[in-house]
Amino acid sequence: MSQQADSSLGDPAGPLVLGTTVGLRTKDLLGIGDLSSEEILLILDTAEAMKEVGTRPIKKVPALRGRTVVNLFFEPSTRTRMSFEIAEKRLSADTLNMTASGLSVVKGETLVDTVRNLGAMAPDLIIVRHASAGAGHVVARLCSAGVINAGDGMHEHPTQALLDALTIRQHKGRFDGLKVSIIGDLLHSRVFRSNLLLLQKLGADVCACAPTTLMLSGMNRFGVRSTTSVDEAVDGADVIMLLRIQLERMRGHFIPSLREYFQRFGMTTDRLRLAKPDVIIMHPGPLNRGVEIASEVADGPYSVILEQVANGVAVRMAVLYLLAGGHQG
Amino acid sequence: MSLHSILLKGGWVIDPVNGIDGEADILLEDGHVTQLGPELKVRPGTPVVEVPQGCVLCPGFIDMRVHLSEPGYEHKETVSTGLAAAAAGGFTAVASMPNTEPVNDDAGITGLVLAKAAEAELVRVHPVGAVTRGLAGERLAELGELREAGCVAVSNGVRSVADANLMRRVLEYASMCGMAVIDHCEDVLLTQDGVANDGFQAAALGLRGMPSAAEDIFVERDVTLSGMTGAPLHIAHLSTRGALEAVRSGKARDFPVSCEVTPHHLTLTDDRLDGYDTNYKVNPPLREQQDVEALLQGLQDGTIDCIASDHEPHHYDEKLVEFDRAPFGIAGLETVVSICLDRLIHPGYLSLTRLVELLAINPARILGVVGGSLGVGSPADITVLAPDLPVTVNAGEFRSLARNTPFDGWALRGGVAASIVGGRTVYSNSSVDGAVEFETVTSDQ
Repeated sequence: MSQQADSSLGDPAGPLVLGTTVGLRTKDLLGIGDLSSEEILLILDTAEAMKEVGTRPIKKVPALRGRTVVNLFFEPSTRTRMSFEIAEKRLSADTLNMTASGLSVVKGETLVDTVRNLGAMAPDLIIVRHASAGAGHVVARLCSAGVINAGDGMHEHPTQALLDALTIRQHKGRFDGLKVSIIGDLLHSRVFRSNLLLLQKLGADVCACAPTTLMLSGMNRFGVRSTTSVDEAVDGADVIMLLRIQLERMRGHFIPSLREYFQRFGMTTDRLRLAKPDVIIMHPGPLNRGVEIASEVADGPYSVILEQVANGVAVRMAVLYLLAGGHQG
Repeated sequence: MSLHSILLKGGWVIDPVNGIDGEADILLEDGHVTQLGPELKVRPGTPVVEVPQGCVLCPGFIDMRVHLSEPGYEHKETVSTGLAAAAAGGFTAVASMPNTEPVNDDAGITGLVLAKAAEAELVRVHPVGAVTRGLAGERLAELGELREAGCVAVSNGVRSVADANLMRRVLEYASMCGMAVIDHCEDVLLTQDGVANDGFQAAALGLRGMPSAAEDIFVERDVTLSGMTGAPLHIAHLSTRGALEAVRSGKARDFPVSCEVTPHHLTLTDDRLDGYDTNYKVNPPLREQQDVEALLQGLQDGTIDCIASDHEPHHYDEKLVEFDRAPFGIAGLETVVSICLDRLIHPGYLSLTRLVELLAINPARILGVVGGSLGVGSPADITVLAPDLPVTVNAGEFRSLARNTPFDGWALRGGVAASIVGGRTVYSNSSVDGAVEFETVTSDQ
């Protein structure tokens, strides 16, 4: 593709070899809901090529040289922010990090003013993490830069779902008919919403499992099988994805205690016996050992949790590349 | 001493109280209706206004629920701009809510609002006092003094009285003072910090939900208390099927309960929230299609008594924020009539006679104020409709200081031609041919 790219923009792909000539339809990635299944597969294919860069002795390609990427994190984040930053640096982008404590919001500036000011400095891409659902939409409406949603409240976290999909594909080679069980705090989880949309688009058989108090309202309209029985969710599963239970959920009367949650929903080696023999265990992190997952499972042979983290960099490189370099609009 | 008089000639008049639905002339003298009927004979030299073709004259519309925001929130709206918006919206009177700063729990604030309204010389203001001091839901406000100062009803503003015993006393005491209680019903322990209707749409968008049950429960509780005390209760901005059932059941048992709905709850659902446009953020939240259908049914079968704007103006800075941080509310005064004509009258859900009941007769009855009739001796408060006028909503041209409307850009059939208050035209619509003639209706001649 890069050979046909406008030479005035430089050669965005550098020495990468990518087997496609299409980009994404939109300037932003606000949610999986906006992507077609073709676009999802394009991102995964591009990410495969990006993985190779991470195996080189010098892990850097010039694809985004001269492009400015701003990491705008209104909410604390370790994993996602580091992952984006490494992805940006491997693509040679100029990066800028703005985190909640350093932002003018602590001086009372509104999101709108922060973003307008940022927009006036003409960055190419803005990565946004914010506690409010739809914050990425606000940013995207206000500036011409491409916007990547790195988690907006309880709404979506699209790059997490994409890296999860890449991990699943590497192990299973397919999505169609795959039984993927997602177990944990579904209600408050943007990871669940993005994964559900993505897995449904690719034809997986998704089973959602949580205590009734942590299910979503109108669950039947999401077109997903749901159960409060963890054994039913684990039974015959190809993939088990566990979601974090936050300590503060006990105050909202969602669960009586972390102890009872672990007894009834926690993933143990014992419970895993019902799953397919080649099941993989996933978790978006950070882990609550002994709450949603027993350490023996997190550290055991079925766990692909660290592969997810590694794939995060490749997927974010792919999204950055496709939005900043490969976008044909 | 010469009487100031004017004849409105040749219009279609709808005045259900006096059984009139046809062409009639109206003679206005010194701010009152003195003759009503076809082909009136009047003294020679009486000034005449030929009512423009197609216009309909109704008893002046009364908006049961308006937040004028002054004192305290003059950046959102002032009494003067709010009343200009009301006049342009076809209203000749508004009930002003007590959630100002300071709260209208004191005769001084009631007096201030009335003084500002008198200064504006536009539409009538009927102040609604606070049921509890500071609207804190803890201690009964001095309702007797509020009544004497000019309050026509009392309300809990935008916060429910959580304490059922206090609510019982509110109803009893307000009833003794001759005032209805206008009730915002929401169990905040159930809505928590919700921002949208609890259901599929909010769940998909990651927005915290406000369950319908939070409204249903408080409507059921307060309808029951109204039955127990025999005190008049008016449910504000009713939005759910369940709450409507509660009112219906109260009415079936002859409890003195009434209710209103807003144009936005009749026309919009939570499907509109994708895109996170804060102009759709309102409390009660936009509900689901089944609720909209129930409300339309309630309008037709008479369970619903009034349509009110719940005009809640906000500065654009306040709405231009993340969805969950934006204030609730829609600036509705200037779109009520067009929405009702386009969505309720033209599709045949309601007759114009029924609309006059909902917007004039019932509000006057519930608030116990003048209006609702064009009979001889009534104040000359008249809303002139242009039912076929093509209207495109343009928030940029609102008389209100606020622009927070979800209807901006909507093309609607039907609008306001003029608003006459006490025999004086306070608004005429330049896009209605001949409506400018109403400008001669003035008591200053």
